[in-house]
Parts: sequence; C-alpha cells; structure tokens
Amino acid sequence: MQAFLALEDGKIFKGRSFGSTGERTGEVVFNTSMTGYQEIVTDPSYKGQIVVMTYPLMGNYGVNKDDAESRRPFLEGFVVKEYSKIASNWKKEKLLGEYLAENNILGMEGIDTRELTLHIREKGAMKAVLSTQDHDEASLVKKAKSSRGLVGIDLVKEVSIPKKYNYAHNKDAEYKVAVLDCGVKYNILRELVRNNCQVVVLPAQATYEEILGSGADGLMLSNGPGDPAAVAYVVKTVNKLIGKIPIFGICLGHQMLGLALGGSTYKLKFGHHGANHPVKDLRTGRVSITSQNHGFCVDIDSLSKKDIELTHVNLNDGTLEGFCHKKLPVFSVQFHPEASPGPHDAEYLFAEFSKLMRKSKKRKH
Amino acid sequence: MPKRKDIRKILIIGSGPIVIGQACEFDYSGTQACKVLKQEGFKIILVNSNPATIMTDPEVADKTYIEPITAATVEKIIAKERPDALLPTLGGQTALNTTVELAEKGVLKKYRVETIGANIKAIKKGEDRQLFKAAMEKIGLDLPKSVRAYNMEEALGAAQKIGFPLIIRPSFTLGGVGGSIAYNLEEFKGLAKRGLESSMISEILVEESVLGWKEFELEVMRDLKDNVVVICTIENFDPMGIHTGDSITVAPIQTLTDKQYQLMRNAAIACIREIGVETGGSNIQFAVHPETGRMVIIEMNPRVSRSSALSSKATGFPIAKIAAKLAVGYSLDEIPNDITRSTPACFEPAIDYCVVKVPRFTFEKFSLAKNTLGISMKSVGEAMAIGRTFKEALQKGLRSLEIKKFGLESIVFDNLQDIKVENGLLDRISQKLREPNAERVFYIADAFRAGLDIEKIYELTKVDRWFLHNIREIVDCERELLKNKHNLSGELLKKAKEYGFSDRQLAKLLSLSETEVCALRKSMNIVPDFKLVDTCAAEFMAHTPYFYSTYDK
Repeated sequence: MQAFLALEDGKIFKGRSFGSTGERTGEVVFNTSMTGYQEIVTDPSYKGQIVVMTYPLMGNYGVNKDDAESRRPFLEGFVVKEYSKIASNWKKEKLLGEYLAENNILGMEGIDTRELTLHIREKGAMKAVLSTQDHDEASLVKKAKSSRGLVGIDLVKEVSIPKKYNYAHNKDAEYKVAVLDCGVKYNILRELVRNNCQVVVLPAQATYEEILGSGADGLMLSNGPGDPAAVAYVVKTVNKLIGKIPIFGICLGHQMLGLALGGSTYKLKFGHHGANHPVKDLRTGRVSITSQNHGFCVDIDSLSKKDIELTHVNLNDGTLEGFCHKKLPVFSVQFHPEASPGPHDAEYLFAEFSKLMRKSKKRKH
Repeated sequence: MPKRKDIRKILIIGSGPIVIGQACEFDYSGTQACKVLKQEGFKIILVNSNPATIMTDPEVADKTYIEPITAATVEKIIAKERPDALLPTLGGQTALNTTVELAEKGVLKKYRVETIGANIKAIKKGEDRQLFKAAMEKIGLDLPKSVRAYNMEEALGAAQKIGFPLIIRPSFTLGGVGGSIAYNLEEFKGLAKRGLESSMISEILVEESVLGWKEFELEVMRDLKDNVVVICTIENFDPMGIHTGDSITVAPIQTLTDKQYQLMRNAAIACIREIGVETGGSNIQFAVHPETGRMVIIEMNPRVSRSSALSSKATGFPIAKIAAKLAVGYSLDEIPNDITRSTPACFEPAIDYCVVKVPRFTFEKFSLAKNTLGISMKSVGEAMAIGRTFKEALQKGLRSLEIKKFGLESIVFDNLQDIKVENGLLDRISQKLREPNAERVFYIADAFRAGLDIEKIYELTKVDRWFLHNIREIVDCERELLKNKHNLSGELLKKAKEYGFSDRQLAKLLSLSETEVCALRKSMNIVPDFKLVDTCAAEFMAHTPYFYSTYDK
C-alpha cells in the first residue's frame, strides 16, 4: 500500500507500507546502526518518534523473542530503504513486517532514506506524519505541524510500568537494585543481574519513601523517551535521593540526574542515534565505541562548578557523555553501556556501579 | 600518544611480484604507508622487486631498492641504510615472511632494527596453526575441533569423537599432499590410511569440517593505547570451503542479529589483543553454523590484507594510511577522519549502502586449470561495486568484470521468452550448483529461471537464503519486464534500475537498443543520482569527493 511521510517543513516522501497501516505522528530521527533493528523497534525511548534507518536493507534476519528490549514496540513508525520479504537466521521466529503489524506499528519502505537523513542533518529533527490513509499533501503537512512533538511533553508516563515487580529473584545476589522504569531497556536489567544484583523495577512515579523502602542498595535511573525537563516529578524525587543511596543514571536517567544536581539540558539539532559514537573516559584516556540514543543533552558548562567531575566526553562533537559527583555515590552516562544494539565496550560501568554499592554498604555497617 | 621521535628512518618491504593472491592491493597499501610516513617527516627506504608498482615511482619513498625480496638482499640493504625501524605489515605475506626470517637470522638484532606494527612474536602467533590454536583456546574462543592421530585406531577414535564430515590433513608429506574430506566411515578409513602412509612421521590431523558454514570477516584496528575498532564487517556469499579471494563477498554483514554480531566483535577484539598485534589492522575470519549458530574462529592475518584494501574502499576509511600512523606512535583518537575532518579516526564507520566484491577469473589463460573452486585461490582480480541494494551492487559488480555479462544474465538460456527445461539441463544446473565454480552465481539465477526454489538451491549451494532470495527477486523482475515489454510502466523501469539492471541488459530484455532504453528512462525522469561514501551514513558533512551512482530519487 502507498505510504506518505510528510515533514512539518513541507517535505514529502512517498513510499510503500509494510507492517501495519493507518496514520501516526512523531518526530523523525535517523539511526545509523547497521544491525539491531529489533532492539531499536522495541526501545521505549523511541516513544513519540518515527525512526529512519540509514542502512538501507532491513528485516534480513527477522525477529525473535530474545532480542526484544521491552514488552512491545513504542515507536511511532519505522522507515527503511528496502524491507526484506524473507528472513534468514537460525533464531528468526517472525518477519519484521509481521511483528510490526501485530503491534500496530507502521513501517515504510522504498524512499531515499539518505536524502531524508541529509534533510534532518541540515534542518534538524522535525515533526512529521506517516500515513497510508491520507494522500493529500497539504493536509498531511498541516497534521505534522500541529502534532505535539517532544518538547515539554511527559512521554515517560506512557511507557513506564503501572506497578512494581521483581525482575529476577536471585537470592544469592550481593546487591539489591531498584530500577526506576522511565522506559527501561531489558538489557539494563540483564546486565544488573549479570553483575550480581537482585532487581526490583519501580514505576517512574515511585516516591522517595517507596524507593528507599524497597531496601535497595542502589538506584538505577533508566533510559526513557523525550524531554527530561518534562518529568519534573522524577527530578524532584532524585534530588532528595542524592547522597542517600548510590545512583547510576543512563541516558534520560543521566539527564534527570543532571537536572537534579542543578544543571540544565538542551535539545540537540538531530541528536545521537547509532552504535558507533566514540566516547573517551577522561579518567583512563580509553575510548569506547558506544550505543547512543538521545535528542537532549546536559549542558557541559552548567555542571562545571558544582562538585561534579566530568568523566566522559563525545569525541565527535565534544558533548558531555558522563559525570560523577566528587563526594557522593552518584554517576551517570549519556550513552548506553548496556548496548543492545551496539558494542559492549562500556559494560565495565555496571561493575563500577557494583563497586560503588559495595563501598556504600561497608560504610553503613 | 604523540609521534615517536626516537625513530627517523623506516624500512618498508613491498610485496614483490604479482601472483595469484597477492596483487595490486599491497601496492595500494604500501604506497599509502610510504606517502603518509614521508609526510610525517620520516625517511623511507623501500624495497620491492616489482618495478611495475606505484610505490616504486621515484617520488613515493626517499630511497627505493628494486631488488629481490629475500632475507639476504634485505640484510644488505639494512647494513647499508641502517634504518631504525622495519614496518612489515603492509607488504602482504612476502614481507611478513621475510621479516620473520631476518629476525630468526639475528639480522634485526645485529643492526638494532625495531619491528613496528606487529612484533615477531605476534606474527608467529597469528601465522602458526598450533600457536594460534593454543592462543584462541586460552581466551575461550571456539575453533573447529581437531585431533592428531598416529595410527588407524587413534584415527577412528578421533572420527567418532568429532563426527562427519571430516578433513584429514597429513603432516610432513613429500611434495605436500593436501587435505582430503571424508563424509562417512567407509571413505574415512581409506583416506586416513592413505594420509598416514603419505606422512613421513605417520601423523594426520583429523579436523571437524566447517564446509558449508556461513563465513564472515572483520577488519579490526588497534592502537598503542589498546583502543580497538572494527572498520568493516564482511559476509561471504559463498560459504566456507571456497577461498575468500574466490568468494563473492558483501559488506556489511547482512544476516546476523546484533547479539550475534556483537559476540563476533568481542571475539575479534579478544583475538587481536591475545595475538598481540600492537598497532594497525588485522583481518579475522569466523565460520558460523547456519542451523545451530555455533561460531568458530578460523584464522587471523596480523597485517594489512586483501580484505583491508577492499574494506578501505568499501567504507572510506584508509586502513593502510592509519595503520602506518599508528605504527609510529599516534593513537586513533589523535588522528582526524580525513572525510569528515571534524571527527576522529577512533570510530567505526557506518555505511548506508551495500558493497559487493566479485572475483575475476581467467581460466582461458590457464588451460590446465579446472574452473572449480576450493580452498586455494584461483582468481586473478576482483571488481567492487556499491549500490543501495544488494541486487544493484551485485549486478554492477558482475558487469564490471568485463566478461561480456551486463548484469546477472543467463548463461544457459538463449531465449528468456521461451524457457525450455530440456532433459539433462536440470542435472547440469544442479551439478554446477553443487560443485563451486567460477560461474556459480549465474547458474543460481538460471536455476530460478528453470523453476527451482530457494530450498532446493540452498541445499545444493549452502548460499544463505537471504542472498538467494535477492537473486530470485532479480529473476522475478526480469520476468516482469519480459511480460510487460510492450506496456512498460515507469514504476517497473524504476524498480529494474534500483535492482541494478543496466540499460544494455534492459535493451536485450525489451528488444530495444541501448540508446532507446536510455532515452525511454530519461523521458520517464529515471536518472542516476550520485551518493557519497562518507564513513558516517550522512551524519556529518563530508569533504572527500568519493561517489557511487544509484537510482534512488
């Protein structure tokens, strides 16, 4: 079926649909990962966004139940150059298109994705509508313009879980970690378990008392969608928790921590979405190739005088990628040490979190 | 780490005469290295016996010796020139072997020449089968299972332990009798007996066969700070059993999930660290079982290789140039990416197109050679093509071979309008699919034309179903063109161009002249656009003008 992608600045792309049909609005962003479309499709951080893949051939290896990063896809649309009608891999259970259709997600193929990417690079990420219903260009552009976008919108409440649950009952685990689910990717939970943690997942709205009452040795502030400034309630809770419990923030978690420490955030032109961003650990000089997915960023200058040590920096554009508190057990990174998709170079940060919890436990006893 | 100041004069060994398996790719890498090191202010001494190379042009090195590449000659050059360092990793296997010989004869020690790039220990660990196996076992990587046997009883025990099919490799044979393959016990008994007899020490290696497994390659770079990046990933169209140099290869990897690929990436990084290649590039090969997913490491080349030249052109990342800079002390984060200028070379290229390399054979020039393919390389060259789809890149690559094929054209059927599958034809096609040969990709397309399905062709070729599906799409498009030749729509013609059909190929299918096809598509506004190879999938502004044509508008 014919599908239209209309951007708020009037640019139109015509292609074919795969997956579901219908109409959805969102912010268009491009992702440069060459593998890992299933992880991208199921990453809750893409809530409110239409993702265009720069690598042209997608769907080649199908989807399987082990590679999902959350309970279902949350993104608004998935745009590729060529969708593969067969899937070839020993783990494949379904075609990507079937999976998208089951979850009511629109897929679009057959457009010049490089042209779209260049457009976003030049003009910035922008609001758009993806539709198989409406073929009237003027009407589509109007819909794109009037869509809600990301700025100031709380998307976390749309992806977080309603009730707390135990992810893994690992009785022999050395630490108990409370994960504040702002749209958490499963691989963060898996990495915590691999690092000897028992994991309890709490809704983003969980209160200070609920978090400390869970008996956790550490708090993980998860990744999640949208604008960190729109989740003031989490920032407030985090602000109270700083110094009370070791905290590790990832992506949106890092941004919320930055805000809680008095820093500020801003929106990047088109963000970082991919699996090849070099990040330098300023403490060791070593470079990790990292997985990234963020449209907002903590202002590197806003934190510089507040007992904060900058620990990681992006070598491509010099933006802030990580910091820690000089006195309190708090650290965070903008990129995704849990990878999935992407390189495992920064896995070491989960071990650092365990170390932090160990230190803090010792002090208590 | 900044540039080293303690070395001034560097000796570079070229790759010598052009032979099968060692051709102009090493001229390309050697020339890049000479140029960049000269720019960095080093004095470059070059030795290469082949004057028909770019690197022996007068301005490339400071001093060029056109002499045989033997340890004895190179020793004389070292004695005369007294270089501080020797860079052995850019001239292929010849340079590497000569360097090892120089080290073993004590020449390097005598004249205090330091090897940069890879040290002798690392070269040996990467090249010697036993040392390599031990090193990989040490870091927990899986290899094809193998057992040494000295008599029939041990051989049979090994066969039982590993399971069929099996490779039997006799050790120390006169005249170098190669390995053989046994599919069952009966065959094994005969071959093992013959193997034991042909070995001077009555020793055979009984090895698990990975024939028909999926084959992958990673191009990896490491610097003195121990940063490691993967420059390019490659999936072989032809499965294990056909030399990579004779295989159609594709970049990037197409049929692995991210989880599967990352395990391979981790293994490659562990491998380059354990082998101890300090700086520069290595090529690491893996085989993956298509049904179980079991991954084994096959080999690593601790040097710039044929695949590095391909990877450089496929990604826009100049591997040899960067390898030379790393060898003299720079780290990856200190070297700018030439293409973006604003970002560092310490990253992994993201590409937004598909690259296909097809080997070029000249069996007509070697009348005694069989055109079947196996584990020793027979191709004399290759063509690389870039497209937005695998189909486009494959067809562009095939017509670049200059073998009078203008895409994936038939070699069996003269008249595609009226395909007759005569007696014996299916047998002939099946035979050509089963036994790897220089024209197999054409026979695969003809098998689809003759009505075979993906499963049947997979069973015969073990070429991954994803590749087969793409070839079938080319054949289906061809059928559609034939069917609609008199009322051709713009949509269909656009699709054919996106699938990589050339105007000449289309002319034949549509019974038009090439000029008429060209005029027709122009009238439908179907024209090529030129896209940049920029290492970053358009994320950053690119400055190097390196383009490919495609139909994507």
